[in-house]
Amino acid sequence: MKKNSLLFLAGAIIVLTLGFLMPWLLRNPFYFFAGYVVLQYVTIATGWNILGGYAGYINFGAAGFFGAGVYLSAFLFTTFGLPLPLCILAAAIVGAVLGVLMGYLTLRIQGVYFAIATLGLVVVLETIVHNISGLGGASGMAVYGPRPPAWSLGPSQYNFTVMVVIAVASVALARWVEISWIGRGLRAVRASEDAAECSGVPTLRLKLVACALSGAVLAAAGAPYPFYTSFVEPVTAFSLIIGLNAIAMPLIGGTRTWVGPVIGALLLASVQQIATVTISSELNILFVGAVLIAFVAFAPGGISDLFGRNKGRARP
Amino acid sequence: MTEPVLSLKGVEKRFGSFRALGPVDLDVGAGERLGIIGPNGSGKTTLINCITGVHRPDSGSVFFESRDISHLQAHKRARMGIARSFQIPRPFTGMTVFENLLVPLDYCHVEGSKHDRARSVLASVGLSGRISDPSEKLTQLELRKLELARALVGNPKVLIADEAMAGLSEEEIDEVLEILFALNRSGVAVIMIEHIMHAVMRFSQRVVCFETGRLIAAGTSSEIAENPLVQKVYFGE
Repeated sequence: MKKNSLLFLAGAIIVLTLGFLMPWLLRNPFYFFAGYVVLQYVTIATGWNILGGYAGYINFGAAGFFGAGVYLSAFLFTTFGLPLPLCILAAAIVGAVLGVLMGYLTLRIQGVYFAIATLGLVVVLETIVHNISGLGGASGMAVYGPRPPAWSLGPSQYNFTVMVVIAVASVALARWVEISWIGRGLRAVRASEDAAECSGVPTLRLKLVACALSGAVLAAAGAPYPFYTSFVEPVTAFSLIIGLNAIAMPLIGGTRTWVGPVIGALLLASVQQIATVTISSELNILFVGAVLIAFVAFAPGGISDLFGRNKGRARP
Repeated sequence: MTEPVLSLKGVEKRFGSFRALGPVDLDVGAGERLGIIGPNGSGKTTLINCITGVHRPDSGSVFFESRDISHLQAHKRARMGIARSFQIPRPFTGMTVFENLLVPLDYCHVEGSKHDRARSVLASVGLSGRISDPSEKLTQLELRKLELARALVGNPKVLIADEAMAGLSEEEIDEVLEILFALNRSGVAVIMIEHIMHAVMRFSQRVVCFETGRLIAAGTSSEIAENPLVQKVYFGE
């Protein structure tokens, strides 16, 4: 194993260990309540970046995948009593299938047309959920989550730990994609689709793979959400704020590496959480917009680019 | 001409009601050096796009090593051995020079170590010193060389160089020509599309001239230079 991979593995183990130990180190449940949201956005930003960052296909439909994960998980738990890990797995699989379907319908178009088409996915899914009474329709549905396991101190702590595992798994997946032949192919697509195709890259198939992986991660991010809030409704599950953050966080952190979305999500989501309790939750949107404009104007490569994270991944 | 490695039979391409190319019949021999000339808008790049699979011809067929490849996608044609460079260089930005060469190596079957192959091709085009540099930092000549290196790293049988010398000085043109000659000596058929006449004439064993999508003349460099149709296209009546 290469040195960088060993360092990443060590970091992942440390984060996972902290995720399991935190509940015994911090007593205030609010930290876990807020930490859950930050980690949820780390997962969302990381998932979005597989297609939007590596391949350069700006997907405005992140909330559609997230909402699908939320509702599938809520449905499977309330109807069949499936345990949370299976709900997450099912959400990831459905997210991947949804990603491939979206890819087949939209990947032949590029740029702003692709972005608009993906935005349509959110509207379609939200409308479907609005009209299914079994999912609570427009009024939403209550989800009384499972009792946390004996080793966990409470629901907030348990949800936090679950989200730590999902976030670490998502980042590991994104890193693997980035340094593999898939990531190189996707980055070639981003630079020039014709040149990539003429270099032997099966661009359409590769983009479908990216759609599937991205969709799986985004839907998995939504799976524990019903147990976090105990109530789901279409307006919040398919909220455009999720789609906006999914784009803003990687753009601020940097879209070319797995580190960028993590940095962007940690910074932006943390500030949003602090602003929510100290000033106003509405201020979040203003803050995200202002920071996004600043980065697009002055540091289009994001924070990771400023610190030279875009050096070559393969050493000659 | 040797046994054709590439054949076009009645290839035609339209964009709406505008016929950009054809119908064209053209053979390219194995290991041949073919020059394609013609004024802007004469269909040269459309021809390349039809050969490489970027465009699908509306009618006619493209044969590669006697196999009809008209229905194949561009990446499959590239894997079979049809490589190209682009008129305006299209480096894979966000990657180093070395990584640019790993992309075709990831997807085209090449014997031996990918890293060794990439290093040796970069050395052959004179880019060894830039191996770890981001492709965005290359000069125009280096970008042209990178395009050629990326095209030939997958061991192609046909290389199509689309205006690979545009915007270069005389010395730089000589450098690129030397790379193309060396490649041709290794048995690769090279199709050169170029507006720099002295370079095409010097390089090509056979030259064909296009105008308004049609092949109007074919012959050796000297035959083409004296062809009245070609003279009319370039100098008028």
